[in-house]
This record gives sequence, C-alpha cells and structure tokens, in this order.
Amino acid sequence: MTSTTLRRTPFYFLHKTKGARLVEFAGWEMPVQFEGVMAEHRAVRQRAGVFDISHMGQVWVTGPGAQETLQRLVTNDVAALAPGRGSYGLLCREDGGVIDDLYVYRLAPDRFLVVVNASRVEVDVAWMQRHRGPDTELTEQLQPAALAVQGPGAASWIGRVSKDVLELKKNGVGEFSLWGREGVVARTGYTGEDGFEIFGPAGHVFPLYESLMKDDASSEVIAAGLGARDTLRLEMGYSLYGHELDEDHSPLEANLGWAISWNKGDFLGHAALRREKAAGSRRKLLAFRLRERGVPREKCGICLGDQPVGGVTSGTFSPSLNVGIALGYVDARFVQPSLKDFTIEIHGRAVAAQRVPLPFYKKTTS
Amino acid sequence: MDPETLRFTKTHEWISPDGAVGISDHAQHEITDVVFVEPPAVGRSVKAGDPCAVVESVKAAFDIYAPIDGTVTAVNEEAAKNPALLNQSPYGAGWIYRLQMAAATDREKLMTHAGYKTFLAENAGSGSPL
Repeated sequence: MTSTTLRRTPFYFLHKTKGARLVEFAGWEMPVQFEGVMAEHRAVRQRAGVFDISHMGQVWVTGPGAQETLQRLVTNDVAALAPGRGSYGLLCREDGGVIDDLYVYRLAPDRFLVVVNASRVEVDVAWMQRHRGPDTELTEQLQPAALAVQGPGAASWIGRVSKDVLELKKNGVGEFSLWGREGVVARTGYTGEDGFEIFGPAGHVFPLYESLMKDDASSEVIAAGLGARDTLRLEMGYSLYGHELDEDHSPLEANLGWAISWNKGDFLGHAALRREKAAGSRRKLLAFRLRERGVPREKCGICLGDQPVGGVTSGTFSPSLNVGIALGYVDARFVQPSLKDFTIEIHGRAVAAQRVPLPFYKKTTS
Repeated sequence: MDPETLRFTKTHEWISPDGAVGISDHAQHEITDVVFVEPPAVGRSVKAGDPCAVVESVKAAFDIYAPIDGTVTAVNEEAAKNPALLNQSPYGAGWIYRLQMAAATDREKLMTHAGYKTFLAENAGSGSPL
C-alpha cells in the first residue's frame, strides 16, 4: 500500500495524551487500544467504554423524495420507520452483492441520517448519487465526529449530560442538546451492550468526549479502541464489512435475511436476492467455537474431515469466553444441522471447532 | 531471573545461562495481552533464527525465533496453560522453552541487557515493534 496522508479525527490529540496505540484503518489514523484490548473489552461488558467512531460516514438524505430514494437503495423498509427510529439495512448491487451495511435513522419525515462504514463512504455516496430519485439531497456531514458509549453503565453516564436521552428505546434516535449543543443521539451500538451513538459536527461532539476523559477518575467510562470494538462485535456475531461482507457475498449468505424487507416493493438487488432465496445460497456464514486451545484468524481454512469446505472471515480469542471463536463461509453442501464437528487450520494444525449458534456471548442477567 | 544475566536477540527473545528462552519485557508490552502460547516440541533441534514458537495476543500471532542453535529439552506447561505469565513475568515464570545449547559460546555473541536496551533506544519509533 502506498503511503498517503492519514485522516485524523477531532479526538486524535486527546487519544495521544491518553497513550493510545494508533493504527491505520480505512485511511484514518485510529486508536486500536489504550490500556489493552482485554481490559477495554471487559470494561464495556461490565461498566462502559467510549469509542471514537468519527471515521464512519454520516450521510444526510433529505427532501420530499428522501424516503423514496432510500426505499429503492436499501434492503430494509424505510417507509415503516417512524421519525425517531433507526434500522439496520444493506446497500446492494443489482446482483445482490453487498456494497455496504448501514444504519438508517429517521429524524423527521423528510430527514434521514445514514451511517456507513469508513472504508465504503466514497463508493456508497457515488452509488447513492447514481440512484438518487427526484427531490432528494445527499449531503455528507461536514467535519464529522461521532462517539459510541457502550456498556451497562452507558445510560447512567449519558443521563448526567441529558435526561431526555434516556427516553430513547433501543434503535430510537433524536436530536438532543448536549452541553448546550445539538447532536444526534441513537440508542444503538456494535457491542451487544446497551449504549448510545452520538453524531454531529466536531464542534458539537468534542466537548462531550473531553468531559468524559476528564471524568475518568471515577472510571465509569474508559476510552476503548478498535481492537476491543472488534472482539466485542465478534462475540455477538456481527458482520464487519471487508470481512464477512463484500460485493461478492449476498446478505442471505451472511445470514442477514432478517434485514431484508421482501414485501416493501422493489429495491436494488431485490430480484437477485429473491432468486437466491428460492434456489438456496451457495455458501453460508457459520459460527465456530474451538474445542482446543488456539486462536483462529481470517483466511484460516475450514475443513470437514479431510475436505476443505470454507474459510474464516474473522477470528479472535474471545475475552468473555476465554476460547477461540470464528466466523467463516462454508460451502452450502456442508451446512446441515447434523454437521457440527469441523476443524480450522491454525499454523498448519487442524484444530477441532464446533459449529455453534450466534451469538457466541450471551449476557447473564445478574 | 535477573535480566542482567540474560542475553537478547534483535527479534526480542532472551536466553538464560541454563538455556531457558522467553520474550523480552519490551516484546510482551508490544504484543500486549498474551492469550496463547504454542511452544516447540521437546526433542526438536533448532537453528538460530528458526521460528519455533508462537505467541498470540487477541489481535495477532507472533513467531518466536530460536536465539541460537540447540535442542529443545523442556517446555513451560504452566505458561501454555496461563499465557498471561508472559506479560506478568517475562523474565521469570513466563519462560517458554529450554534449549540444550549446541555451543554455549553462541549465547555470548548475543546482546547483553544493556546492549539490548541501547538497541531498543536506537530503534524506537521505527514503527515496527516486532
């Protein structure tokens, strides 16, 4: 990869003062960890952590034609979204390949905020422009900043900034005054924990993070990096674009059929996905838990006996379960309820791996 | 173990006078939370620079190279069971395996602790921790 100037989020220098280890991610210089992935992962599961997600794309879709435009672009039913609600969906090509996965938030009848992956912003916006209907404007957020506060303690922290935010239910969204500045807050996340995502221009979101970082003596909320974000999402079995999802895989292969609204009317990819649904997918995303010690990684081979049947798309050591876990695509011929005992090739060794249902990690009610 | 008695490689392994091999404090810090250690097989003969063990963090796997020629005589089962020992005690309970040295003089050719620290200082910020 040629070296180009990496983009920095508004929080870059705060991360540096917190001792973050910074890495390149989708053209951005992002904190992969602060204290350590394990500590940050556990903090989010037990208390709360805050992630800088300013690299994610924030695209405003507005105007009288906004609903129609989105309805044609994404797989989820945008018309069914009341103002103040958000939902997960996919942007697909005509052949059903996934251009991106995203969240659509409806702030008002003709105002939507679409949050997309950092690595796909340019492709997404070009695609959306191409398929934009009449009376619709697409605007990328200027100087975007975003934070995700996640964990069982997230609500009590954000409640000190705004009581109104606590009225939000899961997948709820609204515009709130935080420290006297407007920001979009959604009760969503990518960790499996309760939490909030806060979007807005840098000047509005920055004071929030600053206050969080000053408050750390209480260690109610700690700074967390992309490393923990990845282990947390993987424990839940959430897909990550570029790993489980890409233009060569369909949402049905990735078990995201639940994010497709079949009866909302036509949308890009609808016909191809319908055909795939009727005929069956060629491969399926499965979840594996190692029966032995080891850490599966992306590109490790998946076998059934001596037969190679697929490959790992994401793997890690699960900090909550203390065991290696993986997601990977397997040839549909070998996806049968009776076939549970697979092996994953790790450093040339076939490690026993059991096919398991998702999520890997289930919260125990304490 | 007193790190002053150890000899170090540029790839961040150490070897004690009696042939115990581990990773440096700098290495464990860079790797961060060690979650898996795969030591070499006992009886395996290794050449200096051979990848012969694997240490993994949550995020990545790291090859651990043989510091000198020799034969593996023992592995640290405790560290295999509790990989966090590599972080907690890189120069003690976190040793990985023991080597019967082909020639003890080979060890003397490696860096002393002071020499290793100078090496780290000279290479600080090079962007390639391991």
